[in-house]
Amino acid sequence: MKITVNEKSYNIEKVLTLLDALYKIKSTQDSNLTYDAGCRSGVCGCCSVKVNGKEQLACEYEPQDGDKIEPIKYYPIKKDLLVDKSSGYNLISKERAYLKLYQESTLEKTDESKTQIQTDCILCSSCYSACPVLEVDKNFLGPFALTRAYRYTADRRVANEKEIVDNIQKSAIWDCTLCGECTLACPMGIDPKADILQLRNLSAKHGYMDPNLSNMGFGGGFGFDPNGGF
Amino acid sequence: MISIDILVVGSGISGLSAAISAKQNGSNVLVATKNIPTKCNSVMAQGGINAALGNLEKDSIELHIEDTLKSAHKLANKEMVELLCSNAPDTIEFLEKIGVPFSRLDNASSPLKSVAQRKLGGASSKRACYAQDYTGLKVLHTLLDYTLNLGIEIKDNIFLLELIKNSKNEVCGALFFNFNSGEVEAIYASKVIIATGGFGSIYSKNTNSLGSSGDGIVTVLKAGGVARGLEFIQFHPTTLKGSNILVSESARGEGGYLVDSKNERFVDELAPRDVVAKAIFDKINNREKVFLDLRNIKDITTLMPQELKLIKTYAKVDATKELVEIEPAVHYSIGGIAVDKNFNAINLKGCFAVGECSNALVHGANRLGGNSLLEAVAFGRLAGKKASDYPDSTIEREDIKYNLPLDTNYSNFDIYKAKEILADTLFSGVGIVREKNSLTDAKSRIEKLNIEKLKANGTAKYNTNLTALLELQNANILAQAIIYAANKREESRGSNIREEFPDTKEEFEYPIDVTLGDIK
Ligand SMILES: Cc1cc2nc3c(=O)[nH]c(=O)nc-3n(C[C@H](O)[C@H](O)[C@H](O)COP(=O)(O)OP(=O)(O)OC[C@H]3O[C@@H](n4cnc5c(N)ncnc54)[C@H](O)[C@@H]3O)c2cc1C
Ligand code: SF4
Ligand code: SF4
Ligand code: FES
Repeated sequence: MKITVNEKSYNIEKVLTLLDALYKIKSTQDSNLTYDAGCRSGVCGCCSVKVNGKEQLACEYEPQDGDKIEPIKYYPIKKDLLVDKSSGYNLISKERAYLKLYQESTLEKTDESKTQIQTDCILCSSCYSACPVLEVDKNFLGPFALTRAYRYTADRRVANEKEIVDNIQKSAIWDCTLCGECTLACPMGIDPKADILQLRNLSAKHGYMDPNLSNMGFGGGFGFDPNGGF
Repeated sequence: MISIDILVVGSGISGLSAAISAKQNGSNVLVATKNIPTKCNSVMAQGGINAALGNLEKDSIELHIEDTLKSAHKLANKEMVELLCSNAPDTIEFLEKIGVPFSRLDNASSPLKSVAQRKLGGASSKRACYAQDYTGLKVLHTLLDYTLNLGIEIKDNIFLLELIKNSKNEVCGALFFNFNSGEVEAIYASKVIIATGGFGSIYSKNTNSLGSSGDGIVTVLKAGGVARGLEFIQFHPTTLKGSNILVSESARGEGGYLVDSKNERFVDELAPRDVVAKAIFDKINNREKVFLDLRNIKDITTLMPQELKLIKTYAKVDATKELVEIEPAVHYSIGGIAVDKNFNAINLKGCFAVGECSNALVHGANRLGGNSLLEAVAFGRLAGKKASDYPDSTIEREDIKYNLPLDTNYSNFDIYKAKEILADTLFSGVGIVREKNSLTDAKSRIEKLNIEKLKANGTAKYNTNLTALLELQNANILAQAIIYAANKREESRGSNIREEFPDTKEEFEYPIDVTLGDIK
């Protein structure tokens, strides 16, 4: 069968995963083809690419004849499918998502399930690549960083919740259009959109308001509500 | 040119644990790593991390020590094992306090008592703390969030090439190939901690992350250090046939069975790994198939979500309804950089080593499941503190003289061909069972590949063929060192099984040491 990587086509045999196909191409047909992979099992987040416009992990996706493979979006492209993901890490320290101040709490099973899915995140950036807001606002924190922020605020051990909430007001939770593209893109079944909604509720508890609503108030008219219709 | 107090090489669980503790001890720390921080063996750990908390069954630090020593077949150092096991409860407390989302028990009397625990092979109690079957992932990511937010810089995509020494022969930094710029660059540091992980991926059938090529061990050998116990390579009994994706021991801990082609059980599933792997190997050698039966595990979807997904994706089987065909594969590098009880690399002042790349004499001839994550965090933190407290090496800058193996007259395909042959040769000649002839054959077959003469084609920047070659060159040296050590051990013990020497001998109660001189 035939697949194309950035417009270049390759003939490949049937293999289990796209990663197997990429390795076969690199080691026997085109050694310059550049991509990344590590765990081969969907946990290291290295191998995310776009297949026919949708984000996939190369190590999990079974290639089909005619597939078009491209790098994920919004990160600088180093070469072919390899992108520079390091700015993704900076988002985590930008929002200060971590357990800075510990408060003693004896957790239970319900606490485990509150953050179980969110902490499955492998930082593959598939959600980031799928998010349309980043097309227009490069400073938008984006879905995985917000899921991480939520994960710490939802943990009873974390006493620095307010600081995290303070850091996700600008170019963050209120800029999301709740389109749900991130949720569709995530290979781990994480739902950043739902986490962002939770963070909005939490922000309201801390006295923050949706700036889009207050703009509308000042304008006194029919302001654009990004949530309308969703 | 960067200059700092502590340079940590490697961003797995050992490296990040060391970086955090050195930073908290007042040192200025930089973490250098060859890819992105999440690409390591640490994220792949599923089963759990050992600590005698006794949350579900009676347990004690003494029992943990006893189990570890027993599985080590007399090759562990008692003092180091005591240090490891007695530090385990504090280690879990540390992880609990930085936010690791462990699986939980209800109605516990204290935070530590709420951590769920399961039984892994060779353990006399339910001792492995876990986060479903994503333990390594969740520990690593929590450490990563913590590291980044402490303001520790992680420099990614730089590949350790060489240690730099000053005129007093102390280590004062390291040379790296910077993949993003294509340059060779120096990072100077008053102390260096090597935490570069194991070398499972130099074997053809393995469970490891691509790039686990033992770079740190070879770098230390080249600088005059010692590698210890390389003959002990742990085979995991249950990996998916073909893809060698791991099915964690927790699957058997939770009640899964091993059956042969006649659908009969043939081994105690929770015996130590060396025993189970050998029993499966014998079956497969007899042209039988071996399967894992997970159909009787209650709550498997909540206990082992990752296992089910992996089996579905890579074996195309629904494990709740069907048998899963498995085979053993290389899993863990027991041997590594020889260190003293302060994690100082032998013969290398100012250089420390910790985690899977090191041999701190706690696993002996066979590692217990759950003890390596423990080693990574507990010893990682200790090594970070020891290195931070250790006298500084004087930094002396030098001109960089390093020739990257690049040449436009070579074909990159030769790199992958050689890599595959080396990997197959190691698996067949230096596998679960070895003998003098298989070792000698393997040695000469690998020598004939002339790997040291290969070159990568293209320019240095973003050249993944070049990094593949650098890894292969390390694998080549390591292969010779492993064969040397396996040859010397004329007995069978733990994970080193010699066909012609089936017995364990008293005169071999020590791991084999290798230096570069031994294999030249
Ligand atoms: C599939 C699997 C399941 C496992 N399950 C368990 C379990 O349940 N319990 C348990 O206790 N243990 C388990 N283990 C073992 C355990 O995960 C590892 O031993 C442990 O995580 C090793 O940690 P580390 O930090 O020493 O090395 P790693 O996590 O491998 O990290 C090594 C780091 O060094 C970097 N590096 C390597 N070479 C260079 C270089 N040349 N230059 C710069 N940087 C470099 C790498 O990029 C990486 O960041 C498992 C292992 C595997 C593979
Ligand atoms: S729901 Fe929000 S974060 Fe997710 S893709 Fe849409 S705009 Fe981006
Ligand atoms: S939330 Fe999902 S898609 Fe986004 S980085 Fe994490 S695992 Fe990847
Ligand atoms: S190779 Fe690790 S997620 Fe695909």
